[in-house]
Amino acid sequence: MKRIAALLATTAFFATPALAFDVEKDELTLGFIKLTDMAPLAIAKEKHFFEDEGLYVTLEAQSNWKVLLDRVIAGELDGAHMLAGQPIAATIGYGTKGHVITPFSMDLNGNGITVSNEVFEMMKPYLETDADGKIKHPISAAALKPVIEKFKAEGKPFNMGMVFPVSTHNYELRYWLAAGGINPGLYAPDDVSGQIGADALLSVTPPPQMPATLEAGTIYGYCVGEPWNQAAVFKGIGVPVITDYEIWKNNPEKVFGITEEFAEANPNTTLALTRALIRAAQWLDADNNANRAEAVEILSRPEYVGADAAVIANSMTGTFEYEKGDKRDVPDFNVFFRYNATFPYYSDAVWYLTQMRRWGQIAEGHDDAWYDAAAKSVYKPEIYKVAAQSLIDDGTIPASEFDFDEDGYRAPTPAADIIDGVPYDGKTPNAYLDSLTIGLKADEIVTK
Amino acid sequence: MTAIDPTATSATEAKARDDRRAKRFARIAKLDGWFKVLGLPWLTPILRLVAGDTPRAQLKSIWQLLGVPVLAIVLFLGAWGALAPMVQTSLGAIPGPAQVWEQVGVLHQDALTEQQKEVEFYARQANRNAQLVADGKADKVKTRAYTGKPTYYQQIWTSIKTVFFGFLVGTAVAVPLGIVSGLSPTANAAINPLVQVFKPVSPLAWLPIVTMIVSAAYATGDGMFSKSFLISAITVTLCSLWPTLINTALGVASIDKDLVNVSKVLKLGPWTKITRLVLPSALPLIFTGLRLSLGVGWMVLIAAEMLAQNPGLGKFVWDEFQNGSSQSLARIMVAVFTIGIIGFLLDRVMFALQSLFTFSNNR
Repeated sequence: MKRIAALLATTAFFATPALAFDVEKDELTLGFIKLTDMAPLAIAKEKHFFEDEGLYVTLEAQSNWKVLLDRVIAGELDGAHMLAGQPIAATIGYGTKGHVITPFSMDLNGNGITVSNEVFEMMKPYLETDADGKIKHPISAAALKPVIEKFKAEGKPFNMGMVFPVSTHNYELRYWLAAGGINPGLYAPDDVSGQIGADALLSVTPPPQMPATLEAGTIYGYCVGEPWNQAAVFKGIGVPVITDYEIWKNNPEKVFGITEEFAEANPNTTLALTRALIRAAQWLDADNNANRAEAVEILSRPEYVGADAAVIANSMTGTFEYEKGDKRDVPDFNVFFRYNATFPYYSDAVWYLTQMRRWGQIAEGHDDAWYDAAAKSVYKPEIYKVAAQSLIDDGTIPASEFDFDEDGYRAPTPAADIIDGVPYDGKTPNAYLDSLTIGLKADEIVTK
Repeated sequence: MTAIDPTATSATEAKARDDRRAKRFARIAKLDGWFKVLGLPWLTPILRLVAGDTPRAQLKSIWQLLGVPVLAIVLFLGAWGALAPMVQTSLGAIPGPAQVWEQVGVLHQDALTEQQKEVEFYARQANRNAQLVADGKADKVKTRAYTGKPTYYQQIWTSIKTVFFGFLVGTAVAVPLGIVSGLSPTANAAINPLVQVFKPVSPLAWLPIVTMIVSAAYATGDGMFSKSFLISAITVTLCSLWPTLINTALGVASIDKDLVNVSKVLKLGPWTKITRLVLPSALPLIFTGLRLSLGVGWMVLIAAEMLAQNPGLGKFVWDEFQNGSSQSLARIMVAVFTIGIIGFLLDRVMFALQSLFTFSNNR
């Protein structure tokens, strides 16, 4: 009797619940860039969440964001860890064209802006300190302005790196610079350098090469995801001055992108992928980040992010090191699940669209309805809802962990959550554009 | 017993001994050729010493063939170990021999862990399938290949496969072209300028062109080979066919005039002429070309893999460079030595083949 019970126990242990969705395509290759926010993919694979859905997934590191997007559109990759701006830009036809959608947001926050040691020393006289002589955060780009003016006076260009023209990092770096009164430059249909009228010249560098490029002196600062800001601290070549959490509290970051064609042809596979990724994200944030240490070990493997575990742990476990030794608590530096991080809100898409418009990547003004329609053609909360509901139904994740917004728009971000105190409401993009200081207004066009 | 003349016995014994000795030496001399092919020439004097040759001369050649190289390696390792920690990079000090050796162990351990994970994967899959059968859903049973990362050994193997594929395609193109341009001065005049222009082109310049052409021509991607494999293999082909082509042409053009005249007298057909006369006489030079080609191909492959992101040693180096962890430099050095040693072995294989196929001794 005892033996039978033991036998039952083992079979119960191995027994897998019936597959939630009958997948059309089960062997998938997904792309990613070596950044800590690819974690949901690595976790879904290593914790067998993909296998639980009957999916056999190969994860493949890509050399840069352009290659990654091109390969997804060409069908060489079935899906990928993407910059939120990529599916949007591809769908509205800026850069590589292709209808890419996202059923799942991968995380909130997670980026930082780093400047070289030399520039940080030059900024220091303009930084405020508290009673103990510690530098006050968040640091405004206003402290960088005199440095840039000095460079200008000496006739030296002030170059900075970001990872892709439509990346969060480009928009965040621009937002921070503009909030400090520095013009990051505009794009125009016939000039895609994004440097028209710029005080700081921004150019593209792939994330893993940021520290090396900074070290070589090609750029004086950069905006990138982890671990590449902390890597600069460890290598002693730069100082992170601000995290994006301090620029905009809980801002949307990467998404999981697939082509519309793939989602049409494989609706159940799309749902199964979304299910596995939701489980992975929930695992990453479960019990107050209890699993983060294990996640750090997995991410530090050479086939995933591959940086030293200590570097990855610095930001993944709720802290962030600015100057060497100046380690501060940023518990929400990487958010994978709480605050509805995984829900693909239309308002997130609209924010990216407003920034594309603000800096001239979208050359002409559009009415609010256009922004809404563009967001709805890329962000697919309806897929997310079905996948999440199936997780609630089979008891994997309790319903209390989810909060489905009826209209798919996040509640407006209050002024206090954004560095320059300009509130954001995704339902009124044109009014929002008009409320920002530097950059194109709702109907302005770049004229040279 | 005493009746037999003792001097006579010792004389025959001495003669027999000398015979045996001479035979042994003859055998050693024969083996010597093989040792040279295998890159182990120092075995000969050791064997001769064991066989009882003059110790002085043998010790001298052992010193030269074995002692000096070993000493040089030891000195190199010593200098490396002493100097490396003095160079600080942003990834820490340059690793010395000990750290590199440690990474060899780590990579091997990684491969074992990956194997273990593969075994567990198949166990889980078998369980799932058994469960499906038990639930009466046998039609849902699926067997899928493991999707883990390639181990270091698999990456080496991919690189070797790629280089040989590219090399074989290159040979198939270069040898016939070389024969044609060696036999006919007109063909030579036509081919030569193109060869001269394309020969110095770096693989990095070919790669984007090859990438676009392969992507266009092989759009389906569901054939025998993966795109990235074809891209790096074809790049190897483009860069490695020139030494074979040039050497084949030279070998064919410099056939003994008497032999050519004989073939004319015998009225040999072109096919017979090529197989019976041209190829055998040009073989030594063709092999020299092949050896050079394989060497070039191996060198080119690493660069091509880095850029094409084809799994292999080149991608391994690139990934580690991107990872930028404190072990990355040591791991890259493991790859450097692996690449060097495999390159050396490939050259030896070609040399051995050359010795097997050609009748002249010293080419």
